[in-house]
Amino acid sequence: MGEEMRIVLRNADKIDPNSVDDYINAGGYRALEKARGMERKALIEEVKKANLRGRGGAGFNAGMKWSFVPPAEVTYVVCNLDEGEPGTYKDRTIVQKDPHTLLEGMAICGHAINSKKGYIYCRGEYPYVVEHLNRAIEQARRKGVLGDFDIEVRMGGGAYVCGEETALIESIEGHRGEPRFKPPFPGVAGLWAEPTVVNNVETFANLPEILNRGHEWFKAIGAASYPGTKVLTLTGDVVNRVAIEVPTNTTIRQVIYDFGGGIRDGKKFKAVQIGGTSGGFIPESLLDTPIDFDSMRNIGATLGTGAVLVMDETRDIVDIVTRIAKFFEHESCGKCNPCREGTFRNYEIMTKINRGGATYQDIENISLLSKVMQKACLCGLGQAAPGPIVTTLQHFRHEYERKLLV
Amino acid sequence: MANYRDIIGAFKDKPGGIIEAYHALQKEFNYIPKPAVAEAARVFGVSEAQAYGVATFYSYLSTEPRGKYIIRVCESAPCHIAGADQVVKAIEKELGIKAGETTADGKFTFELTECIGQCQETPVITINSIPYVGITPGDIPAVLDKCR
Repeated sequence: MGEEMRIVLRNADKIDPNSVDDYINAGGYRALEKARGMERKALIEEVKKANLRGRGGAGFNAGMKWSFVPPAEVTYVVCNLDEGEPGTYKDRTIVQKDPHTLLEGMAICGHAINSKKGYIYCRGEYPYVVEHLNRAIEQARRKGVLGDFDIEVRMGGGAYVCGEETALIESIEGHRGEPRFKPPFPGVAGLWAEPTVVNNVETFANLPEILNRGHEWFKAIGAASYPGTKVLTLTGDVVNRVAIEVPTNTTIRQVIYDFGGGIRDGKKFKAVQIGGTSGGFIPESLLDTPIDFDSMRNIGATLGTGAVLVMDETRDIVDIVTRIAKFFEHESCGKCNPCREGTFRNYEIMTKINRGGATYQDIENISLLSKVMQKACLCGLGQAAPGPIVTTLQHFRHEYERKLLV
Repeated sequence: MANYRDIIGAFKDKPGGIIEAYHALQKEFNYIPKPAVAEAARVFGVSEAQAYGVATFYSYLSTEPRGKYIIRVCESAPCHIAGADQVVKAIEKELGIKAGETTADGKFTFELTECIGQCQETPVITINSIPYVGITPGDIPAVLDKCR
C-alpha cells in the first residue's frame, strides 16, 4: 500500500473523537487562537495565498470566496455536509473521526468574515452524525474554545439537490430545496439574504493546519494549481474499499493499484468513475492522469467529491449508466425545464438502449439532449447529469452499439 | 403519545425551523399527520400549500402513515453493481410487499433510496436510518427478525 499524506485526517484513529480534550492535546484550537490574533484581511489573504480550493466539487479558491463578503452586521458561515454524491463517504469519515477539526475550521472562517453564527447542514441520511456533532459542539461550548462563535446543526431530508449551495440555503430557511438564480451569489446575499460563505466539510477541515503551518507549506503539496491533499473514497470492484487522503498529484492508477490494492478477484480493470455519480467514466488509457481538479477536467472528467467507483471487466457500462440516469430523474428538483424534462428523457432513452430496443437515432438524440442540458440547466445538478452518458459514449461506445437494433 | 401541537411549538422560535419540526414529528409518529401540516403552516407563518410543499419535497419526509420499521435499500451505482436488486427481491419475498408499501400489521414499510454514504461495504440497507452494510439476500430474514 502507498503512503498517505494526512492533513484533514491527521487525528483520525489517533484521538478519541468524543473528547475535546484529546483534540486540544493534539494541538487543536491553536490555529483558531492564531487566526483571532490576525487582522481579518491578513487572514483572508493567508488562505487565499495557500490556494485552498473548494473540496466539494467546484474547486473555487476559498480565500477568494471569503473576500467577496462585504462588511455587514450579520454574516453566516455555512458548512455543506449534505454529502449526497453516490460513492462518497469522506465528509462522514472526517466528522466521525475528528469533528473538532471542522468546528475549528468554521470558527476560523467566522473570524475572517466577522460572523457569529455557523450552520452545519447535515444530510438526513446521517442522523447519527448530527448527534455526534451536537455532542462535539456542546463540549466545545463548555470549554469556551469557540468564543462568541456559535454553531447549529440542521438536518436535511434526503434531497441530493440540497448539496447545491443555494438549494442548501433554501432548505435551512425551511423551504423546498430548490436552487436560486445567481447572481446574487451567497457571498453577497445568502442565508436570510445576508452575506454567507458556504464551504464543504473538507475545505473547512484543511484550515487549522494551513494556519498552523502557513500558506507556503500548503502550496508546496501536490499539484501546483490545486495544492494540498484530497480525501478519496474507494468503492466498487477494488480490493481496499477505504477512505484515503493523498497529495493531489497522485495518479488515478496509483489510487486504484497502490492504495486500492487493484481489482478484486484477480479480474481486469474496465472503467473508473471519479467524483460521484455525476462524474465522468475513465478508461485504462487515461489512468496516469493526476487526480487534481484541472488535470481531471482536461481529460473530460471531474475530481468532484473524490468518490472512486471502480468497475471490473465484467461490468455492463450501459446498465450502470441507465441506473445513474434513474438517479438524476429521481433527484431533479423540477424547478427548471431542461433538467426536469431532460433527466426524464435521458432515463427513458437509456432504458430503451439498455433493453436492446434503440437505434443510432436514439444515440444522436441523447447526445444532443446532453449538450442542451450541460448549457441550459439552472444548477450544477442538471449541468452535470449527462456527464456519465457523454463520457461513456466517448470511451465505451462499443458497449452501446452492441445493444442497438441495427 | 406527545401532542403534535407541542412538538411543533417547541420549534416556533427557530428561524426556518419547519423542517426540524417535521423531523421531530416523524420521530414521534413515523410520518407527518395532515393536521400537523396545517398547524406547522400556522406556527411558521406560511400558507398550508407551502407547508405541504416542504413536507412532500424531501424523500425522507412522509405525509402518509408508515410502519414502525422503515427498511430502505440503497439503489445507487455502487450498491447496484454489488447486487442491490437481489436484496430488494429478498426483502419483497420476506415481507410480502413491494417497495413503497407497508405491511398490513403496520410493522414494516419498505422503500428504495439513493446513496446513504456507507459505500465502503455494499450493498447497504437501513432500518430506521441505522445502516447495515455488506448485506446479501441470505442475510435478510435474520436482519428483519431482529425487528419482529
